[in-house]
Amino acid sequence: MPTNKSVSKAPITQFVNCRILRDHKLQREDLWVREGRILDPEKLFFDEEGYADQRVDCEGLIIAPGFIDVQINGGYGIDFSQATSNVRGGVALVAKKILEHGVTSFLPTLVTSPPNIYHKVLSEVKVHSGGVEGAGVLGCHLEGPFISLEKKGAHPEQYLRSFQSGGMLDLIETYGTLDNVAMVTLAPELPNSEKVVRELAQRGITVSLGHSVANLSQAEEAVQNGASFITHLFNAMLPFHHRDPGIVGLLTSDQVPQDRTVFYGMIADGIHTNSAALRIAHRAHPTGLVLVTDAITAMGLPPGRHTLGQQVIEIQGLHAYVAGCSVEQALEAASLHPAQLLGITRCKGTLDYGADADLVLLDDAINVRATYIAGQEVWRK
Amino acid sequence: MYYYTLQEDLINPNQHTAFQSENNAFARICPAPFRACMRTMKLIILNDYDQVGEWAAKYIRNKIINFNPGPDRFFILGLPTGGTPLGCYKKLIEFYKKGEISFKYVKTFNMDEYVGIPRNHPESYHSFMWNNLFKHIDIKSENTHILDGNAANLVEECDSFEKEIKAAGGIDLFVGGIGPDGHIAFNEPGSSLLSRTRVKTLAQDTILANARFFDGDLSKVPTMALTVGVATVMDAREVMILITGVHKAFALYKAIEEGVNHMWTVSAFQQHPQTVFVCDEDATLELRVKTVKYFRGMMHVHNKLVDPLPPK
Repeated sequence: MPTNKSVSKAPITQFVNCRILRDHKLQREDLWVREGRILDPEKLFFDEEGYADQRVDCEGLIIAPGFIDVQINGGYGIDFSQATSNVRGGVALVAKKILEHGVTSFLPTLVTSPPNIYHKVLSEVKVHSGGVEGAGVLGCHLEGPFISLEKKGAHPEQYLRSFQSGGMLDLIETYGTLDNVAMVTLAPELPNSEKVVRELAQRGITVSLGHSVANLSQAEEAVQNGASFITHLFNAMLPFHHRDPGIVGLLTSDQVPQDRTVFYGMIADGIHTNSAALRIAHRAHPTGLVLVTDAITAMGLPPGRHTLGQQVIEIQGLHAYVAGCSVEQALEAASLHPAQLLGITRCKGTLDYGADADLVLLDDAINVRATYIAGQEVWRK
Repeated sequence: MYYYTLQEDLINPNQHTAFQSENNAFARICPAPFRACMRTMKLIILNDYDQVGEWAAKYIRNKIINFNPGPDRFFILGLPTGGTPLGCYKKLIEFYKKGEISFKYVKTFNMDEYVGIPRNHPESYHSFMWNNLFKHIDIKSENTHILDGNAANLVEECDSFEKEIKAAGGIDLFVGGIGPDGHIAFNEPGSSLLSRTRVKTLAQDTILANARFFDGDLSKVPTMALTVGVATVMDAREVMILITGVHKAFALYKAIEEGVNHMWTVSAFQQHPQTVFVCDEDATLELRVKTVKYFRGMMHVHNKLVDPLPPK
């Protein structure tokens, strides 16, 4: 039924028969959406004397905020670190496919690459909202090349770099531009890193520590300079040691400023990290856990589907099972925490009134049944 | 106010059929000279809180169905807030979901609202009604009326509330609760029994009792409220008061076994022609055994008022 039109004439959708994730709990409440945003139904009722134009029966499913993947290197045959002739098309393909997994926003991630790759790719990939065509791009995640040689992991050695020109100059030279960059992973023990961390943080770019042999003090100093994320905790860093926990020690460090949270990415596939280690991290610092896929080109392709593609699908269910945490905590690790990390909780990662209506509908086994972006259905099983 | 004689009951076409059938039931057991007493209060005594909620909801349901509301003929309902009516509201929502009742042609007027807290504050009576009733049923917002505690001119707000009730044709059934001090709505002890909708300063006892909803911080509890007056509720064609719990027992005793007294404002309803008090056993603990036995003995008759109505 139309409202008294005092605020808006746009149609209103009411999701009924559902459980929504709000205030860290699953609650039996209806969800109201108008013009792509979550609507306050009490305000609608009393101020506008309005009610819904259409109702969507969720048949008892869970509604969570759409997932946000801050580390994904490609998939379905696409590698974001390749300067192909159709970079945009590649990103778009992955963006479309990940809707099936409930991901509504992501950071295309580039591994260590030569400057020409960065120049090409970064000029093509722009921040844009999601929709029927695919998940939204919040910016790129540049993982490298300013990382440690000893912890390069799968990154190509010949393209690793240091801050030899003083810091920011090296960055601009390598990347070409910092526009459309949302996150940079670097090793803080590299000389001159402090200035870089401070400058990037000031520009609103999330600084992440990873592929590094930093000790705990070096890591703490980086956090004090503005670093706020740890790239795939435990992997490509010094192992926890009781006399110097290294980067892992940030989870319980008392040197982290009071008003700041250090988030940490975890690939919860049971392969990158032993589930017991995952549980230790989660119990030490539950509010900082961010689920990432770190998916690569092979994700989603038939031969690799079982081991790699399956990781992606199973991540939500596996996490809830492996970590022994609640469904709500698992869902927040994939939605609220990445949004908090990127500082975008006003519109993403929550079902609060006024937030973008990016939703994922899940059954009790945390399988994705439908995905919505800005209140519009973009995928259904 | 309406006064009925027995003759008028039988020939008045506007009479509710439930009332008529009750009349006939009474006529069978109650000789003519005593029929006048049928139009004073009924005391419905049930076992516990849940039964009270269910009985009251069924009574309201039957009233609305028998009234047969339509686009030119709304059923006007007065409503309370607080812990007592919650069970009744849950049951009404259940009946709505089962398709037994619709609120499409029902208008509601709430008894009161705090002054000075935001309308979407979790403890405001707007929030209470939205969360506990309105959002679950098919009532239209324009048919709900709750006093606005943030109005620029509070006195005008109260006066216009009275006018809206009048414009709607008066209240068919006013549902209310009772405070431990015998108050109805926010008509605290000492309120005039002739009072109308107005601004009231809350008694210290009420503020203390409410503190638990405001994180125990007395400074956060509203000190004033807008409330319907005793006479406003007395104007309703029928009144139903819900009383549950032992802490209300003394107030119930004062309300129905002692005299009409402005220190126990619910006692005013002894002079209302059609009042129903619905209570649980605990609330009767201060009444005389004789009173309780008498009304318990009438339950088999009174229960006919809540029997499911035959489908049309």
